[in-house]
Amino acid sequence: MTIIFSLFLLTLLVIIAIAIVHTRNLFVCIALMSIFSLLMAVNFFTLDAADVALTEAAVGAGVTTVIFLTALRLTARREKREGTKASLLSLCVLGITMLLLIYATIDNPTLGDPNAPVHVHVAPYYLEQTYELMGFPNVVTAVLSSFRGYDTLGEVFVVFAAAIGVLFILDARKGTGPEYRPEQAGLKHHLIPKAVGGLLVPFVMLFGLYVQFHGEYGPGGGFQAGAIFATAVILFSLLEGEQAALRAVPRSAQMALVVGGASLYGFVGVLCLLMGGTFLDYSVLMQDPVIGRQVGIVAIEAGVGMAVCGSLLSIYHAFAARHPMEGRDESV
Amino acid sequence: MNLFEVLGHYNYWVFSILLMVGMYAVIARGNLIKKLVGLSIFQSAVFLMYISMDKVEGGTAPILQSGNPGQLYSNPLPQVLILTAIVVGVATLALGLAIVVRIHERYGTIEEQELLNAD
Amino acid sequence: MSMDLSLHLPILQVIVPLLAAPLVVLLQPRNLAWAATVAVCLLAFAIALQMASRVLLGDILYYEVGGWRAPFGIALQVDAVNALLLVVVSGAASLAALGCRESLFAQIEPRRHPLFFAAWLLLLAGLSGMLVSADAFNIFVFMEISSLASYILIAGGPDRRALLAVFKYLVMGTIGATFYLIGVGLIYMMTGTLNLADMARLVPEVADQRPVLLAAGFITVGLALKAALFPMHVWLANAYMHAPHAVSVFLAACGTKVAVYVLLRIDFSLFQAGNLDHSIRFALFLMPLALLGILVCSAVAMFEGQLKRMLAFSSVAQIGYILLGASLLSEAGLTSSLLHMFNHALAKSALFLAAACLSMRFMDLRIDSLAGAARQMPVTSAVFVLGGLSLIGVPGTAGFVSKWVLITALLEQGEQGMVMVAIVLVSSLMAVAYVWRTLEVLYFKEPAGELKFAEAPPLMLVIAGSAALLNLVFGLMPAVPLALSQQAAQVLIGGAP
Repeated sequence: MTIIFSLFLLTLLVIIAIAIVHTRNLFVCIALMSIFSLLMAVNFFTLDAADVALTEAAVGAGVTTVIFLTALRLTARREKREGTKASLLSLCVLGITMLLLIYATIDNPTLGDPNAPVHVHVAPYYLEQTYELMGFPNVVTAVLSSFRGYDTLGEVFVVFAAAIGVLFILDARKGTGPEYRPEQAGLKHHLIPKAVGGLLVPFVMLFGLYVQFHGEYGPGGGFQAGAIFATAVILFSLLEGEQAALRAVPRSAQMALVVGGASLYGFVGVLCLLMGGTFLDYSVLMQDPVIGRQVGIVAIEAGVGMAVCGSLLSIYHAFAARHPMEGRDESV
Repeated sequence: MNLFEVLGHYNYWVFSILLMVGMYAVIARGNLIKKLVGLSIFQSAVFLMYISMDKVEGGTAPILQSGNPGQLYSNPLPQVLILTAIVVGVATLALGLAIVVRIHERYGTIEEQELLNAD
Repeated sequence: MSMDLSLHLPILQVIVPLLAAPLVVLLQPRNLAWAATVAVCLLAFAIALQMASRVLLGDILYYEVGGWRAPFGIALQVDAVNALLLVVVSGAASLAALGCRESLFAQIEPRRHPLFFAAWLLLLAGLSGMLVSADAFNIFVFMEISSLASYILIAGGPDRRALLAVFKYLVMGTIGATFYLIGVGLIYMMTGTLNLADMARLVPEVADQRPVLLAAGFITVGLALKAALFPMHVWLANAYMHAPHAVSVFLAACGTKVAVYVLLRIDFSLFQAGNLDHSIRFALFLMPLALLGILVCSAVAMFEGQLKRMLAFSSVAQIGYILLGASLLSEAGLTSSLLHMFNHALAKSALFLAAACLSMRFMDLRIDSLAGAARQMPVTSAVFVLGGLSLIGVPGTAGFVSKWVLITALLEQGEQGMVMVAIVLVSSLMAVAYVWRTLEVLYFKEPAGELKFAEAPPLMLVIAGSAALLNLVFGLMPAVPLALSQQAAQVLIGGAP
């Protein structure tokens, strides 16, 4: 049964991907993109990747879609029809590459084979040791925040880079553009979005808190929580308008979250180093290494949550609070 | 190769197809937003490839169940890698969109052909 | 508890610039963000020098992040192969930040300095992170940090064409990185590990299976895209041309070389160890592309009208030299390749620093519009002469040493080698042509109006001058980089990761 369901989902993914590429209406394209992400999340879930499914749903289907839409508002709604000189040739080349890829993956271990190399080397160590070493059951959180905590540090800085990059690039205002005073007051005059959305915001926040602090026991953690928090604020901003959202979480607070989150993660790492361990070796933080690891993990997960939430918010606002005429060259 | 093995490889085939569909949008479409959408599909395909590795027949999500010692679990490592990769993908996308917005502001278009003619 | 910081050098190399980046964002007052960035870059340079000196004595620095032993955790390793490049990367960051102060202040509004310099430090941290890492996935993470940071920095260029250039770079860079990620995934699928040493142990057992062959293909093409190997270099020329001058200096010295390093490291330790077939495929793939790149891009540089674009095309040609050496699969070839990474960084940073100095007095860096600049800016022009000589490979300069080692390595190859020597000599003549074309305009062409002596600001001149002198120093005394390169070539040939 699951197999048939997965086959159906995967086939649907391919159809939607083709539809995304085919449509010329960019709004339709983004809406389909959101569905694509949701389906992908369901697919991840059927493949036992609950944490990834949660992230893909929150980040891929949620935040990405909103950022795309705000960017569309500032650019174009439709794709122009152009000469398709390159497309036929590239279609052939890509088709051949695809067949080659499919041919090459015939040697891949079969899906679900418990004797595949990935299941017999390295991974069993995590599954066997996590409870003893960390004292909590979510192995994904253990690998993410401790065994491969250095990757996660890097990832936080990728998000940080995106935030400062978007601010830097969109800050290139010439001073002549009109100061943006968004006149539209969100969706508050529309009864249904206001009633439903207004109810949702606090629950989304609560869910975010749960995901943040329950990540050691169930699916979740800093990334998902940060994304969910950001979603709540974005929802608020859609309902009540940009200005209200910026009053609730001003730009300085967003920047403080980004800088504070990234620095908190780094600080925990350096503290481990100063207390005699290697960088990010949380076991030295307390007398009992297990408790030390738990303390370290809670601290860095908080850092991750802050940095992700702050970054996504500042990226969203950088797009959403921009006037379509801002920064225009006089010539265009 | 029996039917079950064929079905077992279906994920990798979908990975290959999605990879090329995304690539096609990047190469053959002239609209810069469409190129970024293609890039997104391209990256999603890779997520699917990684996550397909983690599945164990009869296993469950890698959250240990204390009362159930014989339980098989799926592999946590590809999941961790893809959590990272998803965030990297969004970061790249946000930066790309910011650049597209600036291009639109300074050129008045985001179609590749018109941009090439502009300078 | 006593703590020996020297044990932590590999991680400090990465986290000093990485963790400084968010703090720099907070530094609003004028000059402060710049000063902090320079200080951090110099500190990173000191760490790199310290590690290089220990590697020279035969040490290998090894570090387990989080206290987890490999392959369960992420390990870092500094040996001869990356020690020299760490010096190049941190040195280039310091030189460019110090030597382009005025140029940066002219090109980037003070309001945007904190974000710009944070990205600068992230680029340094990302490149260093790629170099020290001994974990295939961790390399991807830091590759993305460095890529995002370089997109930001290039987008700081004042011309609107910078935006188009950076968009193209972003698309191709992402495809390259994703290809690398696919390759790593396929190897992980067949071995179950991400640690490079562990992979090197396990790959030979499955080396003949299709997913591993596919992985080799994806990784090579992905990294070749990142390294701007001909014909995958189309993103590079405009990106270097339209980037702020300081960023051009930084990237031209080390941007693509780190990708070349990862390519060599992974290919030699994972795929080639004990697999003759793969070695032959590697050579057959790289050698023709390297030779074509050398010839075509040198030719394009000869006819290019924009100074910075000309230098960028010359960079792609130089990447060709670096990969030509590697494709010989011999110790001498690899030595030349690693040494040329160092020497080319010296020559190109001097040349781009000279370009930055010229830009202080000339709005437009078209070569024709620089007529008579030598009268106005004699020191800058002298820097350009020295950098140019080193680029050509005139005896006495650093560029000569690596070309000499390359030619020696080519001659070991017999008749085939003679043809390649001829190509190297022809392309050197082409380099003479494009360097001379610029010098002729600088020194001998009559300026349109009366030009008064007006040199670039003193700090820029001092730094550009020292960069130029380094070309002489390492041309006359190449012992240290040569020794490190030889050591590195032995490590790579030995197949040890």
